[in-house]
Amino acid sequence: MSQVMGQPARQRTRYEADDRGYFGETWGGRFMPEALVAALDELTDAWQEAMADESFVSEFERVLREYAGTPSMLYHAERLSEIAGARVLLKREDLNHTGAHKVRNVMGQALLTKRMGKTRVIAETGAGQHGVASATAAAWFDLDCTVYMGAVDTRRQALNVARMQLLGATVIPVESGSATLKDAINEALRDWVASVDHTAYLFGTAAGPHPFPSMVRDFCRGIGDEARAQCLEQYGVLPDAVAACVGGGSNAIGLFTAFLEDEGVEIHGFEPGGDGVETGRHAATIHAGEAGVLHGARTYVLQDEDGQTIESHSISAGLDYPGVGPQHSWLAASGRASYTPVTDAEAMQAMALLSRTEGIIPAIESAHAVAGALEVAKRLGQEKGPDATIIINLSGRGDKDMGTAIEWFGLGDAEEGPDADLEQVEKEAEQ
Amino acid sequence: MTATTTSTSTAFAKARAEDRSALIGYLPAGFPTVEGSVTALRAMVEAGCDAIEIGLPYSDPVMDGPTIQAAAQQALDAGVRTKDVLEVVAAVAETGVPTLVMTYWNPIERYGVERWAADLAEAGGAGLITPDITPDYGTEWIEAADAHDLDKVFLVAPSSTDERVAMTARASRGFVYAAAVMGVTGARDATSDLAGPLVGRVRATGDIPVAVGIGVSNGDQAAEVAAYADGVIVGSAFVRTLLDHPGDEAAGIEALRALTADLAEGVRRGKR
Repeated sequence: MSQVMGQPARQRTRYEADDRGYFGETWGGRFMPEALVAALDELTDAWQEAMADESFVSEFERVLREYAGTPSMLYHAERLSEIAGARVLLKREDLNHTGAHKVRNVMGQALLTKRMGKTRVIAETGAGQHGVASATAAAWFDLDCTVYMGAVDTRRQALNVARMQLLGATVIPVESGSATLKDAINEALRDWVASVDHTAYLFGTAAGPHPFPSMVRDFCRGIGDEARAQCLEQYGVLPDAVAACVGGGSNAIGLFTAFLEDEGVEIHGFEPGGDGVETGRHAATIHAGEAGVLHGARTYVLQDEDGQTIESHSISAGLDYPGVGPQHSWLAASGRASYTPVTDAEAMQAMALLSRTEGIIPAIESAHAVAGALEVAKRLGQEKGPDATIIINLSGRGDKDMGTAIEWFGLGDAEEGPDADLEQVEKEAEQ
Repeated sequence: MTATTTSTSTAFAKARAEDRSALIGYLPAGFPTVEGSVTALRAMVEAGCDAIEIGLPYSDPVMDGPTIQAAAQQALDAGVRTKDVLEVVAAVAETGVPTLVMTYWNPIERYGVERWAADLAEAGGAGLITPDITPDYGTEWIEAADAHDLDKVFLVAPSSTDERVAMTARASRGFVYAAAVMGVTGARDATSDLAGPLVGRVRATGDIPVAVGIGVSNGDQAAEVAAYADGVIVGSAFVRTLLDHPGDEAAGIEALRALTADLAEGVRRGKR
């Protein structure tokens, strides 16, 4: 049973999981070794009790407010709105402490870890954002912290490795398999099987076995609850659409949840299209994957005809995952939300456009949402006029992505000169 | 080819009649090659394994330690397919020794659960060991296994509650796989003190055989475990033996036979 924070138990909606963790009777569940079942049951009980306990909920809200800086503002991006011909609102999760929505998830899970009396946390990380967030939460709550990170990624993201170490975490490079995010998850699960009596696994996204998809959603749903209230208060209307990028999908489910029952609100997820879905080099799991079981849940998976996981590709490390949270699979299958791929090139264009029109450098993850949402906004503007409103979750800031931007656009000391893309962005901004 | 399926219960019955534990040996299919795995598994049967577990190599094996991961990855890199696993099953089942497949769930779901059960039975396979499916999430497999008269081997762990131990034992057929330690597969220096009580908890629920796996690598350890369990499962030690003889099949097979003989002697030495 899941609850709106700080409110009494209510009827479960058709979009939520049943007691066994199944969304829409098919998606999600718990496909896990028996050795971890007792820990997952313990976690499920602790999470449900905590969500029904006003003192836990108010402490969680206090921590987010005083430490992470929530509620994040809902910002009217006026120049972007002019380009779109519709009102574009940005949910500024990039302004949270640690620079992304992920702080909500880790502070919630770490607070729960303390409540359960465990002394150590483990986490997986791809580019290092969830690892840094976990190390931050562990420092704040005085917990031991070990982060598993693919060896390929520790080399690509040395700065984030250093951040985690400075925060007091141990970073373990994972050499097995493809030595990327999915293998880091495998290794964290292997650690957890052997350490489960004193260790909590801070899962980085709304995926994995029950209760993680629902629990992570509950810790992230403040994004949408705040945005819905802010939109009503500031503009007196609900938005016509909401939009977010989807890798595992924690920022997206955090935004979408508040709007699921608002039937007039379109819900759009934008998946990493990489070099283009037709090239096979992408991470558009819902758009191009097939139903399967990965990391404990039935969901859309990039897999070959024998069910072996296929490596995903995205310019955005935070979206580069061959699975997706099972609730998104259900929202897609049920038709409540639509999921569309956005290519690397389209996302990088949007990164530059937002930088040059609004003075906001978004994470490349969030730039996928901006790129996709602008197309939706243009359509809404034509259909409903300039008061048509869309909320885009600006889930993270782009500081971490400057290395990629330098290479892509030919900035600074990059070996090749400025990219043609920037001229096109200038043209679009001037229109 | 229509094969005759041999249920794993025949192996336990035979061992019980000899007042000893059964020895169950594991290798992944396609390691080091498809043909090589058949040769190796048949050598293990000849040297004293009472039942065989054939691993279906999978890209994301969360219950396996580095040794089995490395072997599975080698098999996948060489292009092993699910249908190859069925060929290996058929070739080993021909020996008359009960032959199970140990597999993570996604490859089976992808193959089609009902189709897999039919094809496994056709190949002479005795059933499945499912490390990431518990009975409460395994309805589809349980139905398909029952329809095709296959063994369903589920795992219990030291962390399992008594209720879950009972539920798992009820849902299993062939035997119950007791994970001796809280951890992944791999050889360990000492046997676990958690395994004995766990076996006792399974026994208390009925008379299905209990085999202990994870960590056993030599005859002395096998004898210790055989003192309280109906079966001793050995995996990583066999894989390690082959990994230690790269490119020299004859030497690898010879070493496998020696290890099997040591373990087979161990399960006979353990006082029941």
